[in-house]
Amino acid sequence: MAIIERPAPGTTVPALTPAAPAITPSRTYGALRRPVATTGWKSWLFTVDHKKLGLMYGATALFFFIVGGLEAVLIRLQLAAPDGKVLNADLYNQMFTMHATTMVFLFVMPMAAGFANYFVPLQIGARDVAFPRINAFGFWCLLAGGIVVNLAWFLGGAADGGWFMYAPNSGPVFSPSKGVDFWTLGLQIAGIASLTGAINLIVTVLNMRAPGMTLMKMPVFTWMITVVQFLLLFAVPVITVALFLLTFQRSFGAQFFDVAAGADPLLWQHLFWIFGHPEVYILILPSFGIISEVLPVFSRKPLFGYPFVVFSGAAIGFVGWGVWAHHMFASGLGPVSVAVFSLATMAIAVPTGVKIINWTLTMWGGKLVFTTAMKFAIGLVVLFTIGGLSGVTHSVAPSDTQQTDTYYIVAHFHYVLFGGAIFGIFSGFYYWWPKMFGKMLNERLGSWNFWLMVIGMNMTFGPMHILGLQGQPRRMYVWTEARAGEGFFNLGFWNLIASIGSLILTVGIGLFLINVVVTARSKVRAPLDPWNARSLEWMTSNPPKEHNFDSIPHVHHLDEFFHRKYEEDPTTHSMREVASAEDVLAELERNADQHIHMPSPSYWPLVLACGMPFVALGVIYSIPVAIAGGLIMLYALYGWALEPSTAPESDFDAPSSNGHAVGASHG
Amino acid sequence: MADTATHEAHVTSTGLSNVKLGMWLFLGSECLLFGGLISTYMLYRGRVSNGPTPEQIYDIPFTSVSSFVLLMSSLTMVLAVAAAHKKDDRGTNLWLTVTALLGATFVGGQVYEFTAFYNEGLGFTTSLFGSSFYTLTGFHGVHVTVGIIMLMALVAINKRSRVPGSKSETVEMIGLYWHFVDIVWIIIFTLVYLIPV
Repeated sequence: MAIIERPAPGTTVPALTPAAPAITPSRTYGALRRPVATTGWKSWLFTVDHKKLGLMYGATALFFFIVGGLEAVLIRLQLAAPDGKVLNADLYNQMFTMHATTMVFLFVMPMAAGFANYFVPLQIGARDVAFPRINAFGFWCLLAGGIVVNLAWFLGGAADGGWFMYAPNSGPVFSPSKGVDFWTLGLQIAGIASLTGAINLIVTVLNMRAPGMTLMKMPVFTWMITVVQFLLLFAVPVITVALFLLTFQRSFGAQFFDVAAGADPLLWQHLFWIFGHPEVYILILPSFGIISEVLPVFSRKPLFGYPFVVFSGAAIGFVGWGVWAHHMFASGLGPVSVAVFSLATMAIAVPTGVKIINWTLTMWGGKLVFTTAMKFAIGLVVLFTIGGLSGVTHSVAPSDTQQTDTYYIVAHFHYVLFGGAIFGIFSGFYYWWPKMFGKMLNERLGSWNFWLMVIGMNMTFGPMHILGLQGQPRRMYVWTEARAGEGFFNLGFWNLIASIGSLILTVGIGLFLINVVVTARSKVRAPLDPWNARSLEWMTSNPPKEHNFDSIPHVHHLDEFFHRKYEEDPTTHSMREVASAEDVLAELERNADQHIHMPSPSYWPLVLACGMPFVALGVIYSIPVAIAGGLIMLYALYGWALEPSTAPESDFDAPSSNGHAVGASHG
Repeated sequence: MADTATHEAHVTSTGLSNVKLGMWLFLGSECLLFGGLISTYMLYRGRVSNGPTPEQIYDIPFTSVSSFVLLMSSLTMVLAVAAAHKKDDRGTNLWLTVTALLGATFVGGQVYEFTAFYNEGLGFTTSLFGSSFYTLTGFHGVHVTVGIIMLMALVAINKRSRVPGSKSETVEMIGLYWHFVDIVWIIIFTLVYLIPV
């Protein structure tokens, strides 16, 4: 609830008394009273708590991960043998389009947003984000967007133009089903989530750090998330333009991509990749951040070269804007453009290499602890390096023109996205699970989970290098025996290996889901500081209290939590423990703030986001529906504008006689 | 419209309020939105198919006048912000209303202009020039309209004394947005209307 009252020090009342049960809302904003539920589904639906929203982002992302994974398995089953019969050509097109769309926009991005929502405020010592209601609105937009994109499956077929949806191929002539319309409008709505999330998190990081936490004392995860939010802030509007142009062409007859009318077929490609290349760093940098937290903790050493890791992340963010046309080397850009983008692409390997060296040197000489989180982190370093090296081969334009649209490209980006982004995310699962749920994921199952994923991933995507260099094009729904080649380079053999690999991968990920269920049923609570961690998010209970910190910590060090637990021995220069995690928490509890004001739950973010799918469906089917959706949104904005983010006392009836006074004496 | 910080009197790390920083970031993002639209227009402005060319239909004196009106609305917006800082409620409401009226005059001019162009044969689907012209200027018009709605809503809420958070800051935020939309128009007016194809 909004206002948390603490008993005066010295009394014996239990530590925290959320004043919730006594509260009834009295004042209306836009015809609705404030939601007050603190338990049950209502407390989730109308929440503005960054931790709950983080979990909701995560759950949504995991759901779409399963959907996208099943789509991938269908693709591999189709390609396992020559002249596959599992899918027809049309369905195959929809499958690879939606697999990529789902994985990129509905799994990796929201999962990173989930981690960011949950852990950035904790890592900087804040009690919530800067704009809690906008935060909730962003989540509901993501969910609405995901639903709209996938609705097309049931309404005449999903989008079928590939995840980069090249126009004019995605125009009304070549993609006559409504799938592309659902895709453009759904991603438009999901884009609002990214944009609002970006503004919210940047303001949170810049403005709401605990006293003493300078930018260069922030954990690397927070740093990488910040870089990502800047990328989103400037990349999302560009795809917004592209999506609008395509919608206007398909729904209202505009000519933007109509080559017969003189349109430039490269317009979409430029707009898409100006967004699309920063996007790949949007996907990978959060995972870089996660393993930069995990590796030092399990190497029992501080991160090697912290400023280098931070600045190389920022450098990737900057240079990432100047490399988009390397996706277009085959389109005839001309030698100058090709040379410039080629060089820029080679240059971006430098800061990435710096990071890999720093991670390696963090482990060098450390007392390595091979937990599952650590294994996934090391897996990222290895697999991402392989993917990074094949990426460098793309920067060589003449070589890239050979590789364009072959399975070699597919191999490359799965090594960086699966081996990179997803391994980082799994590392984050195992590392932060006790923080989020108060229980540890099973390490034995985790080990199986990890090894099956490593084997499955290398069996699936490794052979694709060979397939690609042999010339198997991506996005072809069948391959034929007659052209499969012989001996070591036989396409049939490697396609079969890849398909078997994808099944192993499925089992590996299935073990993770089983692990989640097993952990949820287990009664064993996680210790307070299971990993002997270093950063501020571990300076809270498991899971954290609603207001995160009893008192806002004053930060003096990078790795503040570690430095509160350990001190350097002046004679031996080794670190010795001076306080346990419990001691550190007890210290915070002793100095606890008396009056903590948390932002109040609100109906409006949900109502506002609910209008969006109606607008989208209206654009596709009938304009009056869009107008109705617009009216819902207008109404929500009206209520939102009137309602203060943090509820004043006058919003609620006077507390009953036996209850504590609600926020009676705050300043 | 604007969320305040979790704590009203919260001291931020940068000294800027959350809302102000958030608004600046949003406007930074908007630059890229208009950047994309303007680039599309610049690419396509010469591609007229069988429709009219820019030179044939643009009425520079008319658009200059409506541009002047829009620029003047930035002046009245500044006066509204100044009045809000002086806690002068009547002045704030007055200047906000004048700003909204000037904005509405501009949008009215745009509606008139669109109608005139359409009658002269430039539809949304006539040519690449038509599609990109209406999209770019239309997006700007929608931004002005959203600004007008925010101004009028603020006046309405202010009259009932129900502005949440700091009133002068809310006026200032809408002011930032309004000035941004004006500046974008200066760029659009120069690139679209003044520079010949």
